[in-house]
Amino acid sequence: MAYKLNVNGQTKTVDVPSDMPLLWVLRDTLNLHATKYGCGIGQCRACTVHLAGKPVQACLTPISLVKDQPVTTLEGLSPDGNHPLQVAWQDIDVPQCGYCQGGQIMAAAALLAKTPHPTDKEIDTAMNGNLCRCGTYLRIRQAIHKAAGNPVTAQAKTELNAQLAGE
Amino acid sequence: MMDRRSFFKITAFGAGGVLLSLAAAPEAEAQGRGGANAPPLDPHFYISVASDGTVTIMSKNPETGQGIRNMLPMLIAEELDVDWKSVKVMQANLDDKKYTAQSSGGSTATPSSWVPMRQVGAAGRALFVTAAAQSWNVPESELTTASGKVMHQASSRSVGYGELASKVATLPAPDVKSLKMKDPADYKIIGHPQTGYDVKSIATGKQQFCMDVTTPGMMFAVFEKCGVFGGKVVSANLDEIKKLPGVKNAFVIERPDVTTPVLPGEPGLENGIAIIAENWWYAQSARNKLKVTWNEGSRNTHSSASYADHAAELMKATPQRTIRSDGDAEGALKTAAKVVEGSYSYPFIAHAPLEPMTCTASFKDGKCEVWTNSQQPLRGRKLIADTLEIPEADIHVNMVRGGGGFGRRLTNDYMVEAAAISKQAGVPVKLIWSREDDMRHDYYRPGGWQKITAGLDASGKLVAWHNHFVSWGDGDSFASSAAMGPTEFPQRFVPNYSLQTSVQQLAIRTGALRAPSSNAFAFVIQSFIDEIAHAAGKDPVAFRLEILEAGRAPAAAAPPAGGGGGRGGFAPPGMNADRMIGVVKLAAEKSEWGKRKLPAGTGMGIAFHFSHMGYFAEVAEVQVDAAKKIKVNKVWVAGDMGHTIINPSACTNLIEGAIIDGLSELMAQEITVDKGKVVQGNYNTHQLMRFAQAPAAIEVHYLKSNNSPTGVGEPALPPILPALANAVFAATGARVRATPFAKSGYSWA
Repeated sequence: MAYKLNVNGQTKTVDVPSDMPLLWVLRDTLNLHATKYGCGIGQCRACTVHLAGKPVQACLTPISLVKDQPVTTLEGLSPDGNHPLQVAWQDIDVPQCGYCQGGQIMAAAALLAKTPHPTDKEIDTAMNGNLCRCGTYLRIRQAIHKAAGNPVTAQAKTELNAQLAGE
Repeated sequence: MMDRRSFFKITAFGAGGVLLSLAAAPEAEAQGRGGANAPPLDPHFYISVASDGTVTIMSKNPETGQGIRNMLPMLIAEELDVDWKSVKVMQANLDDKKYTAQSSGGSTATPSSWVPMRQVGAAGRALFVTAAAQSWNVPESELTTASGKVMHQASSRSVGYGELASKVATLPAPDVKSLKMKDPADYKIIGHPQTGYDVKSIATGKQQFCMDVTTPGMMFAVFEKCGVFGGKVVSANLDEIKKLPGVKNAFVIERPDVTTPVLPGEPGLENGIAIIAENWWYAQSARNKLKVTWNEGSRNTHSSASYADHAAELMKATPQRTIRSDGDAEGALKTAAKVVEGSYSYPFIAHAPLEPMTCTASFKDGKCEVWTNSQQPLRGRKLIADTLEIPEADIHVNMVRGGGGFGRRLTNDYMVEAAAISKQAGVPVKLIWSREDDMRHDYYRPGGWQKITAGLDASGKLVAWHNHFVSWGDGDSFASSAAMGPTEFPQRFVPNYSLQTSVQQLAIRTGALRAPSSNAFAFVIQSFIDEIAHAAGKDPVAFRLEILEAGRAPAAAAPPAGGGGGRGGFAPPGMNADRMIGVVKLAAEKSEWGKRKLPAGTGMGIAFHFSHMGYFAEVAEVQVDAAKKIKVNKVWVAGDMGHTIINPSACTNLIEGAIIDGLSELMAQEITVDKGKVVQGNYNTHQLMRFAQAPAAIEVHYLKSNNSPTGVGEPALPPILPALANAVFAATGARVRATPFAKSGYSWA
């Protein structure tokens, strides 16, 4: 069945079954690979994208439900890769394997769009659905604070001290 | 594309023997096996300098998140004397003639690369100096280098490496003995935090993972195997499947039986049904309509319940084997002033890296090209060669970034499956396992049971230790990663020590999970040492230091074999008591052990463990409420991995991750078997620690000792499990002797 989609500001037409999840349409039909498959049941949220600005799990979103709602993937988060979160991710050196990080950034971007200066608790709540198998949660928290322009956290100070000790 | 012409060869290093002898230089030798074990590198191509001065450095090992694509090039770039920001990192593909050892496991890359990779850089620098000296007709001794330039101060001349690149390509390689390595005080790259080379591409969605590989004409594949290992297809509705939307082909892959009583570490390609489709969703949807009659074989009688029953019988019976006996443990236990006994257990667990097993393969005209995130691609290539009966020379292996490894990708079942499916389908295929495939067809961290009996003398000193370890195997052989070696702590720290084992057969594959064996043994041994400390009425830190003091006798005499952390033939040297005393004291000091008054329901626990040549002591502070909800307030880590932390940013990140990984294992992870099949299938039933559950703070401290650097991927993990368990005891008085803690009613707050 043919569907007209708005992905990262571009109109795309795809011919796929109605129950095909947005995840696989993005990956296999549109060749947009930043959105990752990790579990297929909404447990890990490596597939987080924005649907009309809200974070959703692309693995649980059938293409038939997308309709005319704009889809934003990590590839389309910023025109030049300089969204404050994308910069902060580099400044804080967040990833290890990196596989979940696209989903993390998309979840964090949705949080900051709604709550420009989140507290630790607000970050915990917004990010709790996104798994990181490598365990980079503390750096993700720091990077979100940094992107938000929040004051330096205690863990950021601890991190810096550890790195200085390592030098 | 890279300009191949600008590559130059460092041919003097061509003789492996030369490098081997260099790798065994005093500093590396002092380290023990790491240096002497250095691979006989034959680095034809590591460094490329374009005429515009752009430096490209090849990274030879698989990257699965451990940061190797920074670390190896950093070592080369430092001695080459170029700016890190000018370096482009390129992933080497599998080429054992050029790069010899290309694997990721056992935290070995640091000790085995520390000397050779810096030598590669220093040799490169020497060639640029020679080229400049010849161009200017001045003695090399008058030349200096910095930031990718050669300078002649006397004549105020300087020239960029790029301008010398074509000349360098014609030069004979420098004499190894003439290489001048930098004074560490002059390091500009090593020892300074460097952001991961791939972070920008990851953050902007441009990074290619193995899952993202495409090749012309590629189809997508799923592979359905029997839930019981070795089960075979009797019949299936393949004709019906082939008619489903998007499906191109469906067929059975036939394989011979694996008949050994315990499965080998890599049993190889299995029997199953491949479905090939236009995209993965079509293939997976068709798979959901598969109707298969399986011959499950004889392994379908196995279950976790029967394993536990059998283990209990074995535990009561006389142990089957004695692995080690020092002094007279039995006699000393009879005369001990106090005897303490603890029965511990831990389950099978899965690796579950976030990127499920995936591999792309293209088999054509008897040759095979594969794209893999294997941690041991060389073994994968051999497995394909043996299985498909083609020469290894006809297999080209591309190495692509992996979304986590943790030991799962040390084995190459998914790689040989992709190659076999491509061959039979006659088209290039990307095989993607579902998460359920991944969790139900893993090489599991072996579960185990340990009953330890310890004897204390009248002064509360540990004088006897007996462990009966019930594990997996057949006769004298252990299943993969299910052995305990003869030097497991506290061997040589207690005068009367006995380690005995019994084994039973099992129906599932086992293998190495991050810090193999140590991830389980540390929990048992360091929890039990806590029990003994309390029985002796001693402070847990003071008691540990007392035991470590007793083992300060010559560390060099320690036998190298077996022991905590041994894996795949990599045997770390014996533990140096002084180094461990150092990190225990540092962790205690930084956590203000015994100096802070804690509220009711709050407690601190300490543990240490030596594995993969790394020394780690960790303290956890927890708060436990009446509903057994645990909040981890803070974790302090003290690590001694030698005199240099090559990349402090990546190192600290890996340590924090190891803490969270260990806490996941402790609380919630358990794989069970029913009728020969693994029950759990996804992250909802085999859970990872989540964002809000993670410790509020992890404080990492490095103890710089005068030892050559060692790896960090694994050794930071083991101590956190017992540190947490000991903290729960301190907070509540409840001793939990089995993981996962969830089975005893605990959960994260």
